[in-house]
Amino acid sequence: MSDPLLSVRNLSVSYPGRTGITHALKEASFDLGRERLGIVGESGSGKSTMGRAILGLIPRPGIVSAERMDFMGSSLIGNSDRDWQRLRGRRISMIMQDPKYSLNPVKRIGDQIAETCRLHLGSSRKDAEKRALSMLEAVQIRNPDTVFTLYPHQLSGGMGQRVMIAMMLVAEPDLLIADEPTSALDVTVQNEVLRILDRLVRERGMGLLFISHNLTVVSSFCDRVLIMYGGRILEQCAARDLADAKHPYTRALIAAAPSLDHPKSELATLVRDPEWLK
Amino acid sequence: MERGAWRGWGQGLAAVIRPLIALAGSLLITFIGLTAVTFFIGRLTKIDPVLAVVGDKASREVYNNAYIALGLDRPVIVQYFLYLKRVVTGDLGVSVLTSQPVISDLLRVFPATFELATIAIIIGVLVGVPAGVLAGARKGRLADHIVRVTGLFGYSVPVFWLGLVGLFVFYGKLGWVSGTGRLDVFYEDIVTVRTGIILIDSAIEGEWDIFFNAFSHLILPAAILGYYSLAYIARMTRSFMIDQLAQEYVTTARVKGRSFWGAVWLHAFPNIMVPLITVIGLSYASLLEGALLTETVFAWPGLGLYITRALFNSDMNAVMGGTILIGTVFISINLFSDFLYRIFDPRLRTA
Repeated sequence: MSDPLLSVRNLSVSYPGRTGITHALKEASFDLGRERLGIVGESGSGKSTMGRAILGLIPRPGIVSAERMDFMGSSLIGNSDRDWQRLRGRRISMIMQDPKYSLNPVKRIGDQIAETCRLHLGSSRKDAEKRALSMLEAVQIRNPDTVFTLYPHQLSGGMGQRVMIAMMLVAEPDLLIADEPTSALDVTVQNEVLRILDRLVRERGMGLLFISHNLTVVSSFCDRVLIMYGGRILEQCAARDLADAKHPYTRALIAAAPSLDHPKSELATLVRDPEWLK
Repeated sequence: MERGAWRGWGQGLAAVIRPLIALAGSLLITFIGLTAVTFFIGRLTKIDPVLAVVGDKASREVYNNAYIALGLDRPVIVQYFLYLKRVVTGDLGVSVLTSQPVISDLLRVFPATFELATIAIIIGVLVGVPAGVLAGARKGRLADHIVRVTGLFGYSVPVFWLGLVGLFVFYGKLGWVSGTGRLDVFYEDIVTVRTGIILIDSAIEGEWDIFFNAFSHLILPAAILGYYSLAYIARMTRSFMIDQLAQEYVTTARVKGRSFWGAVWLHAFPNIMVPLITVIGLSYASLLEGALLTETVFAWPGLGLYITRALFNSDMNAVMGGTILIGTVFISINLFSDFLYRIFDPRLRTA
């Protein structure tokens, strides 16, 4: 990890509301190289907010502040709309949870993939279509010519998510954020999609920010793990050391997961300590 | 790839057309229902159809002959089928008020309404849709408030008041437009009536003076009617847009590198087409019914005025004829909307 792809210091996101300011993310700091970094935490812990802040997609009236947010040597803070548009899809992209909602229902699959090329690579229509087709092959879709002309409602969830991966990787970004990419899928296709994602990320030497609430998947799939709770990063550790995590929250999360080898009649529940947020 | 695309097109076309045949069947049933309702309402009124023909000074014998000639001695169901047969052949009876066949009356007044309604809906769509998209995309900001207040004004102001003020300002004071009626008196009855739509008839003959005169008569009432449909169309477009912009695929488009407005117009907008077509279709249909108040203020010889006058004079043939015409307009617009739905939403194409 010589020069980090992404370097974040004290990134905060807050939403002013009638009853005061809500801090969705508070003073998050981490570095990401060309590796897989897992982010785990329960719902509302700020995982997705972090992904969206890195893409500059925090909706109004959210406020993003950071001491430093450098991507490939240049700062993301103070980017203009145009700067962001050049970056998104081309350098950083994101796969979202459920292809049922994240694909445009009235546009053909092929056109949705080709759109990314047309936006960034200045490719001709024909060229973009060719790239889209080869990308469909790369995500192991058996008959890309047919799938190219289909609409999202004609695809299964697993296929939809592979299309999403194709769409987000076609312009060869350096960083991919995967926001719970398999949580909406059947367990049987989850592994398949993960394997494809794994291979493409490895082949292209990309950085991956893998957001999930599935501890098992994260610990087997990622190099390092960030544990988040209440908008903060509580702990960072190597994925293989997750079992020896020190923070009581992490230990409690691990304890709460059922294990086939040691069946228990009652699973542990989390006891939250306000001290963690101090 | 090329062949695949063409095959895709062929399948797409078949998928669009096949359900239309089924639709045609349901339309036929709707039309039979429409004529039945019209017919029985016509029978339920206290108006004596015989008196309407022979007048109240006719002798008993004349009355009885007319009664039989009109087929009123036969069972109601037989009468209905006779009526249906006449309707299908375009025979809607004679209007008591104008002494003309109702069908030729309708062919005279409907083009006037059609011309007015069409220009009005064009204004309503061309202004209302972009205004609604803008308001929805900039929800809660200045542009949104301007569109909402303008729309609210359109909802709240009575049309006859707006018509009179419009005439006073743009005709009386500024002289930008012509006054009431469809044409200035000295232009009347010059062009041959082909479609009854003066803008088209005069353009066919190359009578551009008449064309522009007709247009200057038309534009004010059309703009006022257009303003009302604009208010409705903009409000609905705004709420459709707000729904769609909250969808995840809009974020996807942004993540791919689309600008905000690129995502609005290229991704969200195609997704509001189906409900938008419904709204526009309904607005257009209600304009085609004839706008009584506007037609009254602008002395516009249209359908609304015709039917109202017929109703006040118990001219049942004219009322029933007009009702069938309006029903047919609604059915046609629904058919056309259904056809458009399938073009704009691939999910509706499966038969």
